[in-house]
Amino acid sequence: MSQPVLGAPLDRVEGPGKVTGRIAYTADNDIPGMVHAVVVESTIANGRIAAIDESAARSAPGVIAIMTPRNAPRVDARKVDANDSLLFLLQGDAVEFDRQPVAVAIAETFEQATYAARLVRVRYDVRPPTTALASGERFLPDQIFGKPAQHKRGMPEDAFARAAVTLKQTYRTPTEHHNPMETHATIAQWTGDRLTIYDATQWVFGVQHRLAATFGIDPKAIRVVAPFVGGAFGCKGQTWSHVPLAAMAARLAGRPVKLVVTRPQMFGWVGHRPQTEQVVGLGAARDGTLAAVTHDVLSETSMSDEFVEPSVVFSRDLYAVPNYAMSDTLSRLNISKPTYQRGPGESTGSFAMESAMDELSYALGIDPLELRLRNYSANDPDSGKPYSSKRLRECYAAAAAQFGWSARNPKVRSTSRGRMLVGSGMATASRATHRSPCTVRMRMNADGNVLVQCGTIEQGTGTPTVYPQLAAEILEIPPERVRFEFGNTDLPAAPIAAGSQTSGSVGSAVVVAARRMRELLVSHDGKPPADGFEVELEDSPPPEEAEHATQAFGAHFAEVEVDPDLGTVRVTRFVGAFDGGRILNAKTARSQMLGGIVWGISMALFEDTRYDARSGRIMNANLSEYLVPTNADIPDVEVILIAGDDPFANPAGAKGIGEVGICGSAAAVANAVYHATGIRIRDLPITPDKLIR
Amino acid sequence: MARTSLSAVALQLSGSGAAVSEPAGPASATATPTFVLDVNGREHQLTVDARVTLLDALRDRLGLTGTKKGCDQGTCGACTVLVNGRRIDSCLTLAVMHEGDRVTTIEGLASGEQLHPIQAAFIKNDAFQCGYCTPGQLMSAVGMVNEGHAIDRNTVREQMSGNICRCGCYPHIVDAVLDWKGRS
Repeated sequence: MSQPVLGAPLDRVEGPGKVTGRIAYTADNDIPGMVHAVVVESTIANGRIAAIDESAARSAPGVIAIMTPRNAPRVDARKVDANDSLLFLLQGDAVEFDRQPVAVAIAETFEQATYAARLVRVRYDVRPPTTALASGERFLPDQIFGKPAQHKRGMPEDAFARAAVTLKQTYRTPTEHHNPMETHATIAQWTGDRLTIYDATQWVFGVQHRLAATFGIDPKAIRVVAPFVGGAFGCKGQTWSHVPLAAMAARLAGRPVKLVVTRPQMFGWVGHRPQTEQVVGLGAARDGTLAAVTHDVLSETSMSDEFVEPSVVFSRDLYAVPNYAMSDTLSRLNISKPTYQRGPGESTGSFAMESAMDELSYALGIDPLELRLRNYSANDPDSGKPYSSKRLRECYAAAAAQFGWSARNPKVRSTSRGRMLVGSGMATASRATHRSPCTVRMRMNADGNVLVQCGTIEQGTGTPTVYPQLAAEILEIPPERVRFEFGNTDLPAAPIAAGSQTSGSVGSAVVVAARRMRELLVSHDGKPPADGFEVELEDSPPPEEAEHATQAFGAHFAEVEVDPDLGTVRVTRFVGAFDGGRILNAKTARSQMLGGIVWGISMALFEDTRYDARSGRIMNANLSEYLVPTNADIPDVEVILIAGDDPFANPAGAKGIGEVGICGSAAAVANAVYHATGIRIRDLPITPDKLIR
Repeated sequence: MARTSLSAVALQLSGSGAAVSEPAGPASATATPTFVLDVNGREHQLTVDARVTLLDALRDRLGLTGTKKGCDQGTCGACTVLVNGRRIDSCLTLAVMHEGDRVTTIEGLASGEQLHPIQAAFIKNDAFQCGYCTPGQLMSAVGMVNEGHAIDRNTVREQMSGNICRCGCYPHIVDAVLDWKGRS
């Protein structure tokens, strides 16, 4: 072949379906006899349901049933493993957060169900809620994803005490809600004891297992279909309460039920990024070499579950720091359970660490980029393992050159454009790549066309495009002759599409299967037999893969304009260069990096879930008051891909690229704001009130 | 003049305040008018609950699910359609109000299998990822160009700011719009 297939910027194969509106998302499906369910959510954040009067709702036109704790089917709401959550399935009367499900209205039409939900009268015994991070009961969690909540290497206290220059600051990141454009949605249909679920999820097998445990039935009796997913960013990773509630409503109604979570309910029970308060300490020599780093994180969790925002991962695994200490403390609040949000840990941790590095650079009079280079680590500083690949130096150089970093006046508040203050800032990006066992089935027909099957999902990451490219490269056939089938539990098992692991997991399984298919082809003189070939295999990371640390890297450079009178900040330029290992498709990869940067700008300037201190209710549970960027907020963004193989990461040679873009990008913006104004904002988002003094 | 209408608004507001405190709801909740809706050049006779929004009529009654519901509050633009050539949020208007109007949805943009050039430009410029906001973005882009607003990058940015893309494809959306405009 003249053109390499792998990495080629091919258009998305599902593009025509997406631009014509023909492809279906969960709520686009219609099942004969289907009725509609609307969740009634709590209007208090702490207390107990004293009484529910559903009489008016029950007699409203079209109403089939009003499901309350009184008549809800008895199910098991407990979590199935440590990373799972207690669900709120109308099994009791306790209310522990704002917008907790307390009833479900089921009616013939969506309008009738919505109206009936409004007629359900709930009386509460209200207790004062706690939603301020500082006020919750504090504790050290038992473990953070299998690691201890406190960890050190070297002698951090001694090294910090002896360092020539020290800095200790507190950085805060707010509660943020994912808000994909497609809200959560579930369609549930019982056929006897068999259950069919259409769900907006990142993991059909996770939904299958959770529902099996909830209803006490065999997972094989549950079929989960995730049609195209309209964005997720982590909130569709867990099975939340509305999924079993839809199935319970379908039981009660004796009909298939569609339940679509409303936009205000997206601030209810479906997860969010927890607020953090992070104390970062840096101890350095005069030349900027780091001697000690400490990173102590306080983050929020819910009353009945534990979720740790692992912000410390960023400071632990990036720079050559001999002495290091971290701790994670949780604060129990009357909030719903936090969860993973794009770049969990590194996104929030990088804001703190990369802001602190910027502060250190000014304290020492060393260029911020030069300071990073002086602390460049050839090996993973915590485990001592070599990286599977690391092209961070190339990222710094390429992005700095493209941005024109060397022309920058290092003095703060030194540059203006008209009446606007202009500043530029940079930060490092880093995000771990994971790999989990994954099964694929690959079939080559007599005509040479290939079908690859795997129960992963498509959420905008390019699934139906990039895996055929990967297989086509190995089989040496055009990618359009490979079709990828995904999105339901009938297919071979895939891990959750999250945690920067899908390229590494699904991609590696596709590579291994395609290699075996190629051997079969060679043994048949390059021609498949009349009944074709089939390969099905489970691919798991071998033990030797643990000999390397695998991380995606990058460098962000941002320019901002700040209005000195109004305190408004506009990002005017952004350049990011990334090392994502082998790039499967340059077009879709570029878009994921762009998306990550947009999320970082958003984290820096806009997103902020606000709790009313007295009621514990969220005050901005909609998209007009919970700000996300619009088109006019985002400048032209230049994404540079530092492509290259990674022979040790995984067979696909690919590192995760969905999350690295958000890691460090908020800090780059905050650092640019400091350079423009001389005002250091350590408390996101950077709103005008914080810049007018 | 202005003074009179202001006090009328005040009266209406206090009236609706009283209605909210009476949870029985409006008496018209079960009204089901019959009317004709012209969508993509086809006339559909509908008999639906008067509360049905144009968005839900399109999706749930006519099976035109290309138009998406992102917020049902008029804040995200996912449900953008053209009514008599102008873009509106179909979640903020009732279906029954559109008898006699020409409604164009994403399903009416392509000519058979031949994509509209803006659809092709979105694919070429990778102006979407998950694709959920895309029908609304496309209808908004067509409406904006019809309105004569697509002058340069900055005006396109501003004029496309009623459509949220959470995947963050904004610069690619601007590229696609200008790419299409440059060709036409």
